[in-house]
Amino acid sequence: MSKLDLTLKVWRQKDANSPGKFEIYLARGIDEDASFLEMLDVINEELTQKGQDPIAFDHDCREGICGTCGAVVNGRAHGPLKTTTLCQLHMRHFKNNDTIVIEPFRSRAIPVVRDLVIDRSAFDRVIAAGGYISVRTGSAPEANSMLVPKQDSEKGFDSAQCIGCAACVAACPNASAMLFVSAKISHLAVLPQGQPERLKRVVKMVHAMDKEGFGNCSNEYECEAACPKGIKVANINLMNRDFFKANLTT
Amino acid sequence: MPVLDAKIPEGPLEEKWSNYKFKSKLVNPTNRRKHTIIVVGTGLAGSAAAATLAEQGYQVKAFTMHDSPRRAHSIAAQGGINAAKNYCNDGDSVRRLFYDTIKGGDFRSREANVHRLAEISANIIDQCVAQGVPFAREYSGYLENRSFGGTQVSRTFYAKGQTGQQLLLGAYSALMKEVDNGNVTLYTRREMVDLVVIDGIARGIIVRNEITGKIESYAADAVLLATGGYTNVFFLSTNAMGCNVTAAWRAHKKGALFANPCYTQIHPTCIPVHGEYQSKLTLMSESLRNDGRVWVPKVKEDRRPPHLIPEAERDYFLERKYPSFGNLVPRDLASRNVKEQCDQGKGLGSTGFAVCLDFSESIKRLGADVIRSRYENLFEMYEKITGSDPYKEPMLIYPAPHYAMGGLWVDYDLMSTVPGLFVLGEANFSDHGANRLGASALMQGLADGYFVIPSTLPNYIAGSSLSQVTTDHPAFKQAEEDASKKIKQLLGIKGKKTVDAFHRELGLLLWDKCGMARNEEGLTEALKKIPEIRQEFWENVTVSGSEGELNQTLERAGRVADFLEFGELMVQDALHRRESCGGHFREECQTPDGEAARNDDQFCYVGAWGFNGVDAAPTLHKEPLTFESVPLTQRSYR
Repeated sequence: MSKLDLTLKVWRQKDANSPGKFEIYLARGIDEDASFLEMLDVINEELTQKGQDPIAFDHDCREGICGTCGAVVNGRAHGPLKTTTLCQLHMRHFKNNDTIVIEPFRSRAIPVVRDLVIDRSAFDRVIAAGGYISVRTGSAPEANSMLVPKQDSEKGFDSAQCIGCAACVAACPNASAMLFVSAKISHLAVLPQGQPERLKRVVKMVHAMDKEGFGNCSNEYECEAACPKGIKVANINLMNRDFFKANLTT
Repeated sequence: MPVLDAKIPEGPLEEKWSNYKFKSKLVNPTNRRKHTIIVVGTGLAGSAAAATLAEQGYQVKAFTMHDSPRRAHSIAAQGGINAAKNYCNDGDSVRRLFYDTIKGGDFRSREANVHRLAEISANIIDQCVAQGVPFAREYSGYLENRSFGGTQVSRTFYAKGQTGQQLLLGAYSALMKEVDNGNVTLYTRREMVDLVVIDGIARGIIVRNEITGKIESYAADAVLLATGGYTNVFFLSTNAMGCNVTAAWRAHKKGALFANPCYTQIHPTCIPVHGEYQSKLTLMSESLRNDGRVWVPKVKEDRRPPHLIPEAERDYFLERKYPSFGNLVPRDLASRNVKEQCDQGKGLGSTGFAVCLDFSESIKRLGADVIRSRYENLFEMYEKITGSDPYKEPMLIYPAPHYAMGGLWVDYDLMSTVPGLFVLGEANFSDHGANRLGASALMQGLADGYFVIPSTLPNYIAGSSLSQVTTDHPAFKQAEEDASKKIKQLLGIKGKKTVDAFHRELGLLLWDKCGMARNEEGLTEALKKIPEIRQEFWENVTVSGSEGELNQTLERAGRVADFLEFGELMVQDALHRRESCGGHFREECQTPDGEAARNDDQFCYVGAWGFNGVDAAPTLHKEPLTFESVPLTQRSYR
């Protein structure tokens, strides 16, 4: 098992209102089988031993599914590997003596809270605006009474895989959240259960998204490249079509 | 010794739940909005409960320690959710799901609760489908099922290897719908640090705002804890990093009994430990055992890479020992057998603590595409973590702590021994006995949240005359002060050892002495060592930063402090239970062929512990378990 020596340039910022700056840390003898976050754990243990503030970063499941973690690593959201969250990025993908620049996801709508921790509550507010089917508990019909063609179900699943990490916002030059929002819209729009509220949903969610201050799409495809779950830009097409249709018909 | 009354409704088993619902008191729709309900935790149980109670008209305050309700650890559940739909027409029924769960739990769960769970299971699937959960389907458009451990029917519904994620997103969407409707107020990044009990009744909580560090008080007519399990007490587990026992433990210290803490589930198929820096272990879903075969080399110390070991020299030990269930034996059995093989020197991998989970036969029979469609994300995750391709080489797996069957004691209403405090999901002890079957955690979390609590909470609200209480009450002020004091104390120690170092030390000790196999000597030793570690923690831990800011070290320190108290209770419980049952395997108590030997004469009860002070011995309360519908037998999966 080989060990790596690395130089880290990490964004440090005390809180939302303080200015931040890069600090340099030396990471010595990092095991190549360690995950990126485990590498940060090692640094944090050292900082704590020295009585310094450890680097604050959000994380939880460390299995790539909860969507809590994320940082821009060497200019790329979640780092160099495609369809991989930061917690699933392992150090074997770096070389000895590499310099690694680590910054938070940045956008006005998802502001920095501390170091690499950001505030993504805007995403919750967009979902609250209409990212659901309004079914009351207890009123559901027998599950097999409504058939869903396998291909539709799988399409819905592909969009529903979004973990809400905000890498798409961080990667977009316009800080657009359209990949996130359209993934939820598409998930529900391709299923029969989602039809009754389909057009109302898209209007409410798009308006909520605009209100949060996210930018618009200019077809850069950076979001798709950064998405750890492989969510496709085609979702945005569907959202735009539905939004257009909704504005014509309502 | 105090005996607990679970308030099980009268009547035959099949009629108890409907009898209960008919007899329970109701709250008039216009009166519901006068009642505030606190829900702590927004996983499956918490989100489902908060959403459903809000739909009914209650004013709900929902709290999560995460930045969003959608992050809860329910999201990581992979394999599926059970329901007695009998869509496969293979002999399933409510009765069979009930029986499988009782048997799987090694006859240490409460019949009435388990039957209710089985009855409700089918409604859960209906509800989730209506929410738009994209379950796997046949080409016909009908829902698809697969099989899971400890059963001989296919009753598991799934969404690839991301069932928990899809179910949580469903519950989260229901919750956010009610936020939009104004019936739920959402409090994110709040960690519950105390329960407020006034005149013996739960009336609110104290939380720490993780961003500002402020201690905040919230009052309510009832408090629901849906705060998950405690398996992170082992340090290395499959749980998310933030999972903790703090909310449950602090409620325990305020009077809620803690039941069966020694019942922990060690999941057989996880990626093995490989280095000291390691922060967690990753589960590989049980569903993989549908198509993966578990084996070790026939001879000891065979250090060849697995794919070079010829077929004739492999021992498919689960298939050999348990021909009727094969690789799909329940988790406790599978884990113990894996451990046994490795302890005999037949383990593989760099540490010798791993066995093969091999898909080559299934890939040959079904083709790689079929296997990919079933397990794609799991295979990808395995490759990302280990750098090895499971389509080409067998996976290497080893058991890891995964789930807590124990939890706060609750009666049939899911109410703890503190009136007004209800406990849902993994945080309670109720349905899984000494071993949980695969795909039953999601079922229980959603059953508790969507269907049980919405029927039992009104009975409490309507049956109590609750006085008006605000956060100005002295009990809130006292609890706030206590919380601040504890935080200041942690920050003031300024010792030499990190929080994680203490957590690791405790975890290794518990894994060693109170893990897959336990004995009197080891447990006694652990019982001596834990207070020593705890004492050193309070003298020598270092917590950097201050209280009035985002301070993740401080958050962890509070949780580890609680684990250091809870761990002792877990060992105490394991020591007192001189029998083997499910996940609790006492080496002194085994059958001649090495299976768990229960002692029904002495231990057919739920052991629920009362808190008497950190260094004082806890009081054991017993809830006798009676089995009227199934005979108490030795489990057999052979």
